[in-house]
Amino acid sequence: MTASTSSSWVRGLVRGRTAVIALPFLFLLLFFALPFLIVGKISVSEMDGLAFKDLFTVVDGTVQLSVKFSNYVFLTQDPLYFKTYLSSLQYAAITTALCLFIGYPFAYFMARARSSMQPALLMLVMLPFWTSFLLRVYAWRGLLTEDGWVSDAVIGLGLDHVLLAFGWISSEGMLMHTPFSLVLGMTYTYLPFMVLPLYSQLAKMDLRLLEAAADLGATPWVAFWKVTVPLSKAGIVAGSMLVFIPCVGEYVIPELLGGPETLMIGRVLWDEFFANNDWPMASSVAVVMVLLIIVPLAIFSKYQAEATERGR
Amino acid sequence: MKSRWTTWFGRGWLSAGYLFLYLPIAALVLYSFNDSPIPNVWRGFSLKWYVALASDEELLAALWLSLKIAFFTACGSVVLGTLAAFSLVKYKRFTGRTLFAGMTNAPLVMPEVVVGLSLLLMLVSVQRLLGFPERGLMTIWLGHLLLGMAYAAVVVQARLSDLNPQLEEAAMDLGARPHQVFWLVTLPMISQSLVAAWLLTFTLSLDDVVLSAFLSGPGSTTMPLVIFSRARLGLNPSVNAVATITVTVVAIGVVVASYLIARAERQRLRDIVTAARP
Repeated sequence: MTASTSSSWVRGLVRGRTAVIALPFLFLLLFFALPFLIVGKISVSEMDGLAFKDLFTVVDGTVQLSVKFSNYVFLTQDPLYFKTYLSSLQYAAITTALCLFIGYPFAYFMARARSSMQPALLMLVMLPFWTSFLLRVYAWRGLLTEDGWVSDAVIGLGLDHVLLAFGWISSEGMLMHTPFSLVLGMTYTYLPFMVLPLYSQLAKMDLRLLEAAADLGATPWVAFWKVTVPLSKAGIVAGSMLVFIPCVGEYVIPELLGGPETLMIGRVLWDEFFANNDWPMASSVAVVMVLLIIVPLAIFSKYQAEATERGR
Repeated sequence: MKSRWTTWFGRGWLSAGYLFLYLPIAALVLYSFNDSPIPNVWRGFSLKWYVALASDEELLAALWLSLKIAFFTACGSVVLGTLAAFSLVKYKRFTGRTLFAGMTNAPLVMPEVVVGLSLLLMLVSVQRLLGFPERGLMTIWLGHLLLGMAYAAVVVQARLSDLNPQLEEAAMDLGARPHQVFWLVTLPMISQSLVAAWLLTFTLSLDDVVLSAFLSGPGSTTMPLVIFSRARLGLNPSVNAVATITVTVVAIGVVVASYLIARAERQRLRDIVTAARP
């Protein structure tokens, strides 16, 4: 190989590399990053009738900057907005806890099932994920309204009194459009997101560790809490994030299964935009929403970075 | 730990979990055959909701639009997602890599209402400046592409980082150009993940409500938007019929695809074993 061909080789490699990186990079900059900047801009813009004013206006030869933080001031001072953030976080947290409670034993027993059964069990968890999410949420409307299967079962067992006592429903026998139906719908939708990372973590666990624990005198219960649970911590964290983060911003489930009292921030943004046509306000809500999920996300990525460090 | 009690408890928990996952789907399918227009009151078997679907112009037009968007989304997402995954796995150092990696994964965690709103506000600003684009198929496609690309990148990335780099190095040593290495060595090895990513992004696009609602214009209503507006008003047997058809198609599709993928994987392993034999 001569020097000239090898240098054109390298040049080709470099050019190919640039194109490979540049295409998705530019696409994301243009359609993901730029829109966020625009939202940030609009959130501090003033409305001028139906349109919003430009931030910079040239008046008498000088550039004037008009920034309006009143949306943010309003967002922090209006008790309704504050309650909405709190309740979004609260519903997301309850959903995450429920998913973990149902999902951990589920993933555990899946991972300990006969290995010939495991692909089928895994497939059965993923299959609902492939079928329309919208239709599955809609199905709960049927199950929870009057004479629905679940509604009949809950009322037949007298569980509605329990739910009423906890304030999860507002009157006996009415399960739809309550915090109960909202959390049930979110738990149902996001359960696979909890089960899958937990399963992959539990399935690769070395079972000899449990034997070792037993040899050292641990009861199965102690071994479970001292060996299995700590080893599946990465799965617990990943699953909880995969449930919590989308739940905070959820719109479709609160709209179909929630009621007037179940305040969710995604729905507030939607209403500000589509019902009130208040674009700057909707943009401010969007900015706050991003800030809300950035905190758990940062903790999560820090944890993951540490986990990969330790894995090395 | 394998006492009788735990075995039975495990079976019970798994059964209850699967019941929870499949109960709504079973109810949807069953009531799509209900003769009564009143939901939850069974009055005998009937196919009339399916017959009604065939003349439901609104829904059929929306379905056709959704299928078109889903097809283009899946194709575009796989291309962009593969490029993104390839950049992240193969090139460990380039300017803005952290930003790029963050942006690739961000659409997965960003609330859809935020992505939809921001994209729409940008498109409105662009439209004010340039007079296009009108909201419709193209703008919905753009939104879905953003989301689909992120999912495709995750799927392809997982496969790419599992690959043995020695195979590509061997091809280079044997004189293959970089693009030949990609087309002849890398691509065939990641083809299954490309199929999986294509199917995943196709179903994602076919199912999306929020992005479509923000990005659709007059006359470009997708199927989930029609279903959503009907579901909002209450229970509607035509929605059950649509659901039954989707569930059937998806179930068959996923089972067939995973069977084919598993078979291809076994074939690949057999080939490797044969090739390794002296």
